[in-house]
Amino acid sequence: MELDLLALSRLQFALTIMFHYLFPPLTIGLGGLMVSLEYLFLRTKDQEYEMAAKFWTRIFAVNFAMGVATGIVMEFQFGTNWATYSRFVGDVFGSALAAEGIFAFFLESGFLAVVVFGWDRVKPGTHFFATCMVAMGAVFSSIWIVVANSWQQTPAGFKLVSHNGVMRAEITDFWAMLFNPSSVHRLAHVLIGCYILAAFFVMSISAYYLLKNRHVNFARKSFTSALVLGTVMSLLALVQGDVQTRKVATTQPAKLAAMEAHFETGTNGSPLHLFGLPDETEGRVKYGIAIPRLLSFMVHGNLREPVHGLDKISRENWPPVAATFYSFHVMVGLGMLFIVMTLVASFYRWRGTLWHKRWLLWGFVLAIPLPYIANQVGWVTAEVGRQPWIVYGLLRTKDALSKSVTAEQTLTSIILFGIIYALLFAVWLYVLNDKIHHGPDPAQPHAETPAGSLADVAGLRAGAGGASLTMPGDAADSEKPH
Amino acid sequence: MDLNLFWFALLGILLAGYAILDGFDLGVGILHLFVRKDEERRIFMNSIGPIWDGNEVWLVTFGGAMFAAFPDVYATVFSGFYTAFMLLLFALIFRAVSMEFRSKRPAAGWRHFWDGSFAAGSTLATFLFGVAVGNAMQGMPIGPDKEFQGTTMDLLRPYPLLVGMLAVATFAMHGANFLHLKTEGDLQKRVHHWQWRCFGIFLVLYLFTTAYTLVEIPLATRNFGRHPWVWLVVLLNFLAIANIPRAIFQGRGTYAFVSSCATIAALTFFVGVALFPELVHSSLNPAWSLDAYNAASSQKTLGIMRNIAFMGLPFVLTYSAAIFWVFRGKVKLGKFSY
Repeated sequence: MELDLLALSRLQFALTIMFHYLFPPLTIGLGGLMVSLEYLFLRTKDQEYEMAAKFWTRIFAVNFAMGVATGIVMEFQFGTNWATYSRFVGDVFGSALAAEGIFAFFLESGFLAVVVFGWDRVKPGTHFFATCMVAMGAVFSSIWIVVANSWQQTPAGFKLVSHNGVMRAEITDFWAMLFNPSSVHRLAHVLIGCYILAAFFVMSISAYYLLKNRHVNFARKSFTSALVLGTVMSLLALVQGDVQTRKVATTQPAKLAAMEAHFETGTNGSPLHLFGLPDETEGRVKYGIAIPRLLSFMVHGNLREPVHGLDKISRENWPPVAATFYSFHVMVGLGMLFIVMTLVASFYRWRGTLWHKRWLLWGFVLAIPLPYIANQVGWVTAEVGRQPWIVYGLLRTKDALSKSVTAEQTLTSIILFGIIYALLFAVWLYVLNDKIHHGPDPAQPHAETPAGSLADVAGLRAGAGGASLTMPGDAADSEKPH
Repeated sequence: MDLNLFWFALLGILLAGYAILDGFDLGVGILHLFVRKDEERRIFMNSIGPIWDGNEVWLVTFGGAMFAAFPDVYATVFSGFYTAFMLLLFALIFRAVSMEFRSKRPAAGWRHFWDGSFAAGSTLATFLFGVAVGNAMQGMPIGPDKEFQGTTMDLLRPYPLLVGMLAVATFAMHGANFLHLKTEGDLQKRVHHWQWRCFGIFLVLYLFTTAYTLVEIPLATRNFGRHPWVWLVVLLNFLAIANIPRAIFQGRGTYAFVSSCATIAALTFFVGVALFPELVHSSLNPAWSLDAYNAASSQKTLGIMRNIAFMGLPFVLTYSAAIFWVFRGKVKLGKFSY
């Protein structure tokens, strides 16, 4: 059997990036939530907030470790599997990557130590500062990576230079590269997606506690703050997504045409397909339900002007239409569902009856995979829709591979990644589930223990000989030395 | 100093920073299975618990800086060492998640599994770093098109394997010196014994590797004639190494640790001196080597990145030092520990 290096390399990249991207959105979103909870604690001295901040911090830490472990794979993989691409983009990506390492990664991983391990080592104000730095670092890292990816979608601020017959892109204008036509829109969209995911994550766990009648005060506080965030962000996603789609129509017409499975330009207003099965060989959408002229209205703001279809693009530059169409439509459909869910919940919350709507709370518990799917298929739309280019209009994906890597090597590494990631995923779910079942620790009245340090020592002594050190971690957390 | 040499030097500093900082993390991992009690293993993991992650960022930044400043080196080395890098990634993944997961469940089987993967991941990663350095010193089959022309087996020559073992011994010693600072009582006494043993193994391998290098690796000494001040670092290196047993004997943990830091810095420096101004030496034809000029990004990019580095690094160093200060002292297992 002839192994296809291109297909395998793409498969490996898809596998590793999709697995990696299970973690960063929650890191980014939860970071913001932890900042607000800790701020509320410092302002109100309400122990419930401290308890909540500590609980979400622990979830955050597990998630962060997975993000780091799978993220380093991504950084290496450009070089291991896409060496030709690395040579081509290195000069342009250089500044973004350097900025990411120095401004973002050091910030978040350094201060995370204080956030996770430093509750009793630094003053509350310092701890809050560290939490802010971690949240900021997480957002910073998304900025630089989205900028780099956006440059691949809409390259700007560069020139092509040949070195001994090998072409590469070299930067001419840093700010034009940074603010290339799609980076701001796409960054906004990515961050909105992260906040929606984190909001649904928190609402899911909180709703579970409410249904089980556990940690009720904590759960209500967490649910309400996440609901505010989730509602605002879901609505914002609609508005911002609309703006962004219009932008794609001008910057990447092939991608837009594939997203909408818009095969024929026609002479009049273009229809918008709500559902359907796009068929690339026949060049039409089967069993489709379409609203006439709506696509023209959304792109051009009028009902007459046709939108560029795939027929305007030469066949070898078509992205895979079906994958782009389905992933885009699943994302939009889920986005609509998020709006409905959060609006209904907000309405009941406002009426004060939300905590009795068990069906709705169950809905939120079970909805947890949905924002993950929405984030993933959104990226599938962006990346598959850019094909056959790895850098839009400049470098084809098939020309970007490593020359010294064989298909057999890649197949082996895919299999190993598959096994290891499956194991990690199972363990991660298990640990997460365990933490959720354990729940937040009850608030400790630490102001009332003037002999706190003595109690600490006593607790440690007891622990050293007794059960708590053989069952540490969460199990030990339930027995309080105080 | 022009921009190319600035980035050559900065890459060296990042590599040395990584080797010193993550070196003791990896060393703790290498030594992890030598303690048997659950509590002691937790102390080991928690000695590096808050800081290993920040230390690993030095590697991430090193990789990013290499991609940015010398894209051809990054592309050639990472694709040429494909299988080795995949193994390294798996090792680093297991090391990272082992710490996170190990103490989350009380079951003995669970903990043994993650203990094993923590130690194996740390040891394998260290060994592979050494193999990579050994290959860099010996040269690699690089063709005129800047592409690697060998196979994975070409990388497993005797010299790289020897350097791999030296790396494991060095980090184990460094880790033991670190653990001496973080432990107390009976455990510290045992760590003190290990310091001796690790130093002995290190010394034997170090002398052997040095002799091998001087005889078999012509690259290693080519710059010593041109830049005689390098001998000063050789002297400092000997002093640092000699100071380790002295500090261990006197039980002065900090001195021992600082000395092993200096030793690692000096060894990294020697690798830089050996390669300078090349980053990858071609064993097929020296003219095909990748150096700080023919493999670099444009002057504009190197300049922008230098400004970014100057803006960011003072902050990074300041708050990293502050965080190390917060977590100084002996390990105390508490409710926030692993």
